[in-house]
Amino acid sequence: MPEKDNIMDTIAESNKSVVTGIDEKDIEHWIKISILDREYKVPAGLTIMQAMEFAGYRFIRSCGCRAGFCGACSTVYRIEGDYRLKTAMACQTRIEDGMYLTQIPFTPAERANYDINKLSPGIEALLTNYPEILRCLGCNACTKACPQDIDVMEYIAAGKRGDVGLMAELSFDCIQCGLCAIRCPAELAQYNYAQLARRLHGKYQTPAPVYLENRVKEIEHGKFEQDFDKLLKASEEELRKMYTSRDKEKA
Amino acid sequence: MAELKFIGGYPEHMRKFIDVVNKTRPKRKDYTPEAMTMQERDEVLKVHPDYAPGGKRAISIGPNKGDMAPHELADLLEAYPLIESNEIDVTKPDYVVDLLIIGGGLAGTTAAIWANDKGVAKDKILLVNKLRHGDSNSIMAQGGTQAADRENDSPTIHFLDAMGGGHFTNKPDVLRALVEDAPLIIKWLCDLGAMIDREDDGSFVEKAGGGTSRRRMHACKDYTGLEELRVIRDEFRNREIPYLEYLPVVEFLTDGNRVTGAVLYNLETGDYKIVQAKATILATGGFGRLHVRGFPTTNHYGATCDGVVLAYRVGAKLRDTDTVQYHPTGAAYPQQIIGLLLTEKLRSMGAQPVNKDGEAFVFPLEPRDVEMASFIRECYVNEKGIITPTGMRGVWLDTPLIEVKNGEGTIEKSFPGMYRMFNRFDIDIRKDPVLVFPTLHYQNGGVESGPWGKTNIDSLWVAGEVSGGVHGKNRLMGNSTLDCLVFGRRSGISTAEYLKSNPPHGKLTIDHMNNYVKLLKEAGVDTTRKAPVLLPDYRGKAVLARMIDVF
Repeated sequence: MPEKDNIMDTIAESNKSVVTGIDEKDIEHWIKISILDREYKVPAGLTIMQAMEFAGYRFIRSCGCRAGFCGACSTVYRIEGDYRLKTAMACQTRIEDGMYLTQIPFTPAERANYDINKLSPGIEALLTNYPEILRCLGCNACTKACPQDIDVMEYIAAGKRGDVGLMAELSFDCIQCGLCAIRCPAELAQYNYAQLARRLHGKYQTPAPVYLENRVKEIEHGKFEQDFDKLLKASEEELRKMYTSRDKEKA
Repeated sequence: MAELKFIGGYPEHMRKFIDVVNKTRPKRKDYTPEAMTMQERDEVLKVHPDYAPGGKRAISIGPNKGDMAPHELADLLEAYPLIESNEIDVTKPDYVVDLLIIGGGLAGTTAAIWANDKGVAKDKILLVNKLRHGDSNSIMAQGGTQAADRENDSPTIHFLDAMGGGHFTNKPDVLRALVEDAPLIIKWLCDLGAMIDREDDGSFVEKAGGGTSRRRMHACKDYTGLEELRVIRDEFRNREIPYLEYLPVVEFLTDGNRVTGAVLYNLETGDYKIVQAKATILATGGFGRLHVRGFPTTNHYGATCDGVVLAYRVGAKLRDTDTVQYHPTGAAYPQQIIGLLLTEKLRSMGAQPVNKDGEAFVFPLEPRDVEMASFIRECYVNEKGIITPTGMRGVWLDTPLIEVKNGEGTIEKSFPGMYRMFNRFDIDIRKDPVLVFPTLHYQNGGVESGPWGKTNIDSLWVAGEVSGGVHGKNRLMGNSTLDCLVFGRRSGISTAEYLKSNPPHGKLTIDHMNNYVKLLKEAGVDTTRKAPVLLPDYRGKAVLARMIDVF
């Protein structure tokens, strides 16, 4: 058991490979990948992003949250011997032997400017802003490309029917990486249309509950002012007492 | 060593421990350990990295001289500027605006919209980003946003919860602004069209978080920050407010007293640009990528503390620099995602921390610092952690319990992000627990400000994680996205008010920087360190050992 004082050092030591990079002597399995048509030997098991860094790349573009939320690290690749073109987020995908890849740091895609307050949720809002949505060929390339496993083609179909609610629900997990738009033979920018649909759905089809409106009014009318004055004047001891004796709702 | 044999994403030796967790699950279904008393909290905090010996030193120069800070932060405050005074001409601005906003996460983007709403013309605003607009800690927020809107709740109860969580060190007037504006902010999000989780009757799904005494967490599945940010960014785009990407600020400009502009550095081309502004909002986020005390982090690639460094050089006061928030549940396995966040909402919905003997050893919703310290104690003092193939220790977070308590299908519906992330590594969190260990999550302290985000420096405001005070020495879940939204809005309104009097542009100089260098030299800070660091460096050691500089 580590000494109490050394716990922090022990923890730091066990985190070293993540924080300061892997030591070559600790690597047991190596594989070969190709980045922009140049081959590198890298430790097996890394993500594409970690492998590129190991190979010497220091990212400026194509690296954001590093956790699968921001859509900055769109990557396309093939595996040697397989005709299929694959898509991935570099931070969330393990490397494979024979992988050859490039990243797509930016997606040129049209988006409309609109005033959400002047639209209504339905086919008209979609067609006015994005008439090209009707060009969808139903080829499913978008769905196959989506690293979030979203049924992109299905939400585009919902959009063509004016079903803003379904489009919003189906597209909810979209991280706007742009890979659908890059693969689309009809040249759509699906993720921008989905953004509009979600805002229409959120604003018009799920209005704020009454109790929220009431609370906002209470605050505006100064309902809590006196209580706050008391809290702000309270000593630390008084605050501690109030804190430990406050009642707790069941989680 | 032979190849490890994996079963359902886990190596054989870990699988044995999972069997123990499965066995005790029926017993734990209706059992929750008692919450700690204040004395028990103090006891366990002794193994929290903030309170364990070492790791910190007194800051040697500037307005917070003598205050304690982690070495990693003190190193940046005691570092030399990136630019030399003789290599740039700061007198010819490339951009002349009324309002400069630095950082395009939730705080900065919200500030731009509210400033525009309150009368600052779009072309008089400039939002600058180090990475892409929106690549931020905000977009990664999973759990939710607190707002006391239900009838059995009130902003004053929210206030007390946050005060207690922050060990009664929060700045009261700023905290009041946070909790009192919260319902208004949720209303604003609804009006913009954000999809906040609803019950069938249209009311919000509201859950408890660690240290909250009411259910007031508003979530958008486990993509709360993503949904909030993409809606607000969309609104920002609709207004055609100018923004720049991959142009971090490397130094402020001042007229000797107030901030009058900034020096931007183009990460791709290497040239600099000068911005002149009448008012500046600093919204650069936190410092997770400094890896304080060697911890992995949940934070995004650009979370390198730039804003605090820049503000400190112009004389801005900091506070609570001595505390760091570690999130109790970072991924400890598999190796590819170590340190990434597993939202607190998992525990809100019933997932239990469990040790290697299959025992629930802690109340699952203690304030974050207490909860995380109890994990460290379990692994390193009680020796009841599970050891991974890379030598990390962790405890289980029993996610299958969520479905036992809330019904099948809950995980895919409420945690699509978590489910997907682990699935990519062959782990099914509906069936198997996940291994967790604390990870560096949040910069509790930062640049001190008043309730409208104004700092002690003329014409400089702050909003979001870069600021300090509102959370005291420990932030509660659901108060960070709220912080960004409330003080983004407030700083936007406050700068718009300030600009109404049409203040003149100030002189552009780097006198403050030269003075700071003088201070560093007088204090005997003998180092080649430079700051802000802008981006971390994770390149392989073999490559770095052979770097040559030829251009």
